[in-house]
Amino acid sequence: MLRLSLRRRRQLLPWLFLGPGLLWLLVFFAIPLVNQVNVSLQSGDPETGYAFDWAFNTYTDAIRDYDTQFIRSIGYSATATVLCLIIGFPLAYFTAFKAGRFKNLILLLIILPFFTSYVLRTVAWQLILSDSGWVVERLRDVGLVGADGRLLASRTAVIAGITYNFLPFMILPLYVSLEKIDRRLIEAATDLYASRVTAFRRITLPLALPGIFAGSLLTFIPATGDFINAALLGTPRQFMVGNVIQSKFITILDYPTAAALSFILMTFILVGVFLYARLLGTQTLTEAAF
Amino acid sequence: MRSTGDKIRSWGLAVWSGLALLYLFIPIFIVVMFSFNDNQGRFNFTWQGFTFDHWTNPFANPDLAVALKNSVLIALFSTLLATVLGTFMALALVRYGFRGRGVVDLLVFLPLATPEVVLGAALLALFLTMAVNTGFATIVIAHTMFTISYVVVTVKARLEGMDRHIEEAAMDLGATEWTTFRKITLPMIAPGVAAAALLASAISVDDYVITSFNAGQTQTFPLFIFGATRQGVPPEVNVLATALLVVVLILMALNVMLQRRLAQRSLRREALDEPESAALVPARG
Repeated sequence: MLRLSLRRRRQLLPWLFLGPGLLWLLVFFAIPLVNQVNVSLQSGDPETGYAFDWAFNTYTDAIRDYDTQFIRSIGYSATATVLCLIIGFPLAYFTAFKAGRFKNLILLLIILPFFTSYVLRTVAWQLILSDSGWVVERLRDVGLVGADGRLLASRTAVIAGITYNFLPFMILPLYVSLEKIDRRLIEAATDLYASRVTAFRRITLPLALPGIFAGSLLTFIPATGDFINAALLGTPRQFMVGNVIQSKFITILDYPTAAALSFILMTFILVGVFLYARLLGTQTLTEAAF
Repeated sequence: MRSTGDKIRSWGLAVWSGLALLYLFIPIFIVVMFSFNDNQGRFNFTWQGFTFDHWTNPFANPDLAVALKNSVLIALFSTLLATVLGTFMALALVRYGFRGRGVVDLLVFLPLATPEVVLGAALLALFLTMAVNTGFATIVIAHTMFTISYVVVTVKARLEGMDRHIEEAAMDLGATEWTTFRKITLPMIAPGVAAAALLASAISVDDYVITSFNAGQTQTFPLFIFGATRQGVPPEVNVLATALLVVVLILMALNVMLQRRLAQRSLRREALDEPESAALVPARG
């Protein structure tokens, strides 16, 4: 029997524990990302296949052809993130400070949408916003929507869908950081003659920053890559970069362009996350996100 | 003293919160309502009357039944894999200092910070390069890959909040490392592991984006719904979604009742057995 000294075993044990999981992440996450760069530099066509030849023009072509979709993705998801913050912050604040014994019930209600399929919830929005639906007819009555105006298949619908689908991801981190705030700090501020507004602005808001940071990342990152909302609630005129990547990969079989777009998206997000972290002064990303 | 401005603000806050909750609920209400719709033809878009018909036979559509079965099986396999792999990773990360921890932390964090479309596309590119046929197995691989990080994060949180002295006490009393792990560590992190497994399976069952890249000809529940949108989503989908919701609500209610009862029992025991020490325990607010 192989006997190792206790020290030796202590050194080996963590790697034994880590090994299988790490291997899985390496093979199915890290290597695919590297391989994707390789694929993006190939050229050829779907019939004859693709071969690697440092085809950097894939990148310039991709950016030239799909800059609108890129800008749209960023615009839609940034708008949705801000909307989530505006809608979600008061609810998170209410839950943390005012809900009393209803706190757990409200938290349950906030996560309840997760137990209905994402795609199905978006289909439900399709139904709500549909041309012959109740909402559009009432809006027509009031004159907010023209006689042949629509809600579905518009930019508004896609942004509303994204906002809806990622709202809980904003609310939960906000709630966690608000809940952690020591109430005595706020009391101290008001005792020292700060108005409630000042106390909120100078105490609550700065202490809620980690939550705002984590919440906006958890909303913005998946939203930029989302293509379900644009596909179900929009038209090709609202398509985002996710839709392009998906159709290039699955339908058109133009792998290099799809890989290039996906790589650009990932780089953009990583750089964005880094800059955002610097801006808000969070020391480490992981610390803020969890 | 509360000024009028404060009153307006606190009312405004309550109303706004109520509206936000309502916004979260409208689509769910629609999903539930349309499971009772007596729809004519394939489309389930407009309300045409109340019926229980779809509830009596939710598996009428054979494709839907297959898709649901696949989703459940995929969730089962990938959750099992991700939970085992992730729990051990979390143990290593919290319990042992070793070189290269930063890199491991990063490798765990990155999948969470990557848009799903990138994860799905990159993995498909790998499968294409290696000429692997996509299908059931590749979906399980993909789901395991992107749920591992959630498991690690969840179990890590539990481990970090754990009192290490209990394990040390067990070892001092002569328990081997393995016995300590089995009898002390595992039971103590069990709630965290269970939460992680629940999270992983919920994410797996609901995933559309990554699955759509790596599914090949295999159908899952979300893929089925997305594919059905063009021809009209059958009301059986609404029935199954509503049923799932009801099950989750019942489980949650049971959990709340159980915890309340446990809390009451321990309170009563404290009051009966150890009046002094109970008084010493600071009230938890």
